[in-house]
Amino acid sequence: MRVLVVEDDAVLMNGLQVGLGLAGFTVDAVSTCVDASAALRSSAFDAVVLDLMLPDGSGLDVLNELRGRAVGTPVLLLTARDSIPDRIAGLDAGADDYLGKPFDLNEVAARLRALTRRGNGGASACRIWRDLRLDPATMAVSKSGEGVRLSRREFSILHALMERPGQILSKSQLEDRLYGWQEDVESNTIEVHIHNLRQKLGPGVIETVRGVGYRLAEDSI
Amino acid sequence: MKSIRSRLFMILMITTGVVWMSAIAWIYLSTRAEVERVLDARLIEAARMVSSLITSQEIDPKRAAQIPAVEPTMHASYDRQLSCQIWALDGTLVGRSDAAPATPLSDAQDGFSETLIGGETWRVYAVVNTDLGMRVLVGDNMRVRDRLVADVIRGLALPALLILPILAGLIWLSVRKGLGPLNNMAHALETRSASDLSALPDVDTPSEIKPVIRSLNGLFGRVHAARERERDFTAFAAHELRTPIAGLKTQAQVALGSEDPGIRANALRQIVVGVDRTSRLMRQLTDLTNAERGETDSDNHRVNLGKLASRLADDIRQHYPGAALLEIDEKLHDIDLDIDPSLFMLATRNLMENAVLHSRVESPVHCGMRLEGDGVALTIDDSGPGIPEDELPKVCERFYRGRNKTAMGSGLGLAIADLAAKRLGGSLSLKNRPEGGFRAELHLNAAPSSTTPRGEFRHNDGELSPLPVVADAKGDRLAHER
Repeated sequence: MRVLVVEDDAVLMNGLQVGLGLAGFTVDAVSTCVDASAALRSSAFDAVVLDLMLPDGSGLDVLNELRGRAVGTPVLLLTARDSIPDRIAGLDAGADDYLGKPFDLNEVAARLRALTRRGNGGASACRIWRDLRLDPATMAVSKSGEGVRLSRREFSILHALMERPGQILSKSQLEDRLYGWQEDVESNTIEVHIHNLRQKLGPGVIETVRGVGYRLAEDSI
Repeated sequence: MKSIRSRLFMILMITTGVVWMSAIAWIYLSTRAEVERVLDARLIEAARMVSSLITSQEIDPKRAAQIPAVEPTMHASYDRQLSCQIWALDGTLVGRSDAAPATPLSDAQDGFSETLIGGETWRVYAVVNTDLGMRVLVGDNMRVRDRLVADVIRGLALPALLILPILAGLIWLSVRKGLGPLNNMAHALETRSASDLSALPDVDTPSEIKPVIRSLNGLFGRVHAARERERDFTAFAAHELRTPIAGLKTQAQVALGSEDPGIRANALRQIVVGVDRTSRLMRQLTDLTNAERGETDSDNHRVNLGKLASRLADDIRQHYPGAALLEIDEKLHDIDLDIDPSLFMLATRNLMENAVLHSRVESPVHCGMRLEGDGVALTIDDSGPGIPEDELPKVCERFYRGRNKTAMGSGLGLAIADLAAKRLGGSLSLKNRPEGGFRAELHLNAAPSSTTPRGEFRHNDGELSPLPVVADAKGDRLAHER
């Protein structure tokens, strides 16, 4: 899952970037409203972690702009201003959740998972497709009850495909989800991960739609 | 005396009493004088009357003594006021009135005299009738006179004594009524809670109390504003501390949650940076409070700019070993100013820190000076990215952090420098340098007090100025705080 962190405190920004990365998220981080708006216009994110007090304005402006464009990306406000009126203003402006500083890193990760899950219309924390079971919270995958060890990237690809079974995801969409801007992507990395996934999960799970991308295999197969 | 009411009451009672006593004394004296004048006139008249009656043979002197010389008055207490004696010039008593003593009332030949007979004082008038060879003495008993005067005074004083308690009561009530507005104000102040800082109503108050109420209301206003400011500041400070603490916690959780030594090392480094930043924030909060309350040494000293700047530069170098260096212009050592050294150091330190933290490591920060019309401008030039023009008006606001901020930035440095500059009676001006970098100028209105050539000045340094000791103590204190 790709997450945009908007936070102007360098230490906290770094902590969120690394910490959420460890929790299985792909994290991009910016520190100003201008950069945040630009990032949100240019790339698709599964969720946004937004600080309210930014050097060049309020995070609420970014949120308003985002909602103004009718983009429904889940937004988690992360702020030192956590009085009830502040929370109400934030939620009314279109935020999906609100967390006051200082917070627990694991809680941020859990809330982000919950937000994206709800955004995808799923009520259960675990994704189940045929005999595959994927738990985003523990990053565990099992096939027919037996655990399968996946790398972080492989897990992310499988997670993306399982979010909307049958929907085709292009290679660049998958790359977007897997890598932040700072990371260099080898041209055939996705292919390599897909190959590894097929080896670990067995055939008939991931289907290649030639020239378009990948999806979970149709039932007819 | 504690109470204004009793004080006023006492003053009014004493003055009223004194006025009454003076009035009574005056009446006593004038009544006495008048009584004496009238009674003396009566004595003269009576003596002459007796004398002329004897002369005209209408009274036989031998018998004259048998009848009272003057009809006694009807008033019981004043009967036998007058006594009359008729003496032959050879010293034999020819006749006397009833109450008159047998001894001569007076030895005086003629006119008034006072004689003590049988323990009583007599006022006597003597007339000598040379034709008949007789002397007529008419005397008044002084006791009677005194009683007369005393009666008059008693007649005045008795009603006064009766009226006095009534008057006291009236004065007490009047004082109470007159002090009503004061009591109302005291009551209003007494019954309000300690946190109630609303203004007292000052309509319909007497003109004497108006200034008090106005200045009280002014004080309430100032206390309220100060309290508000403090509350805002505390809230703001608490709020500002939450972000760095959140950063520390997040990094700590990263370090705990990762097996990767690289990630752990990075998280620990970030924690160190975060702790440094937070402690700098704490120090700056204290500095800001100090600058605001003016609880620094508010005494002006003669300080040498170069000395203070070098000391600060050393301190900053120790504190930020990896940052850009600070160059102090030699000219600064020629300048002595009469200013508050701690405020000056507060302002300069924050400007220097900002410059050093924003500058590229390889290009030193230059600290120079310029003489101005009536003072000195201390200039601090860095090679940093500067401040975007649209942010310049806001950078001196508390906790304002612009886009070109450093990891250590708290948004307080310039606010402190600005406040300290104002308290020094100077000002702070900030601008981007056209050739790149940023310039902060601290304008000080104090005129430089020494233009001694540098070498000579340095030679006499210790004797010239008592400052170094003070500044050292200050420097040590600052150093310990780190």
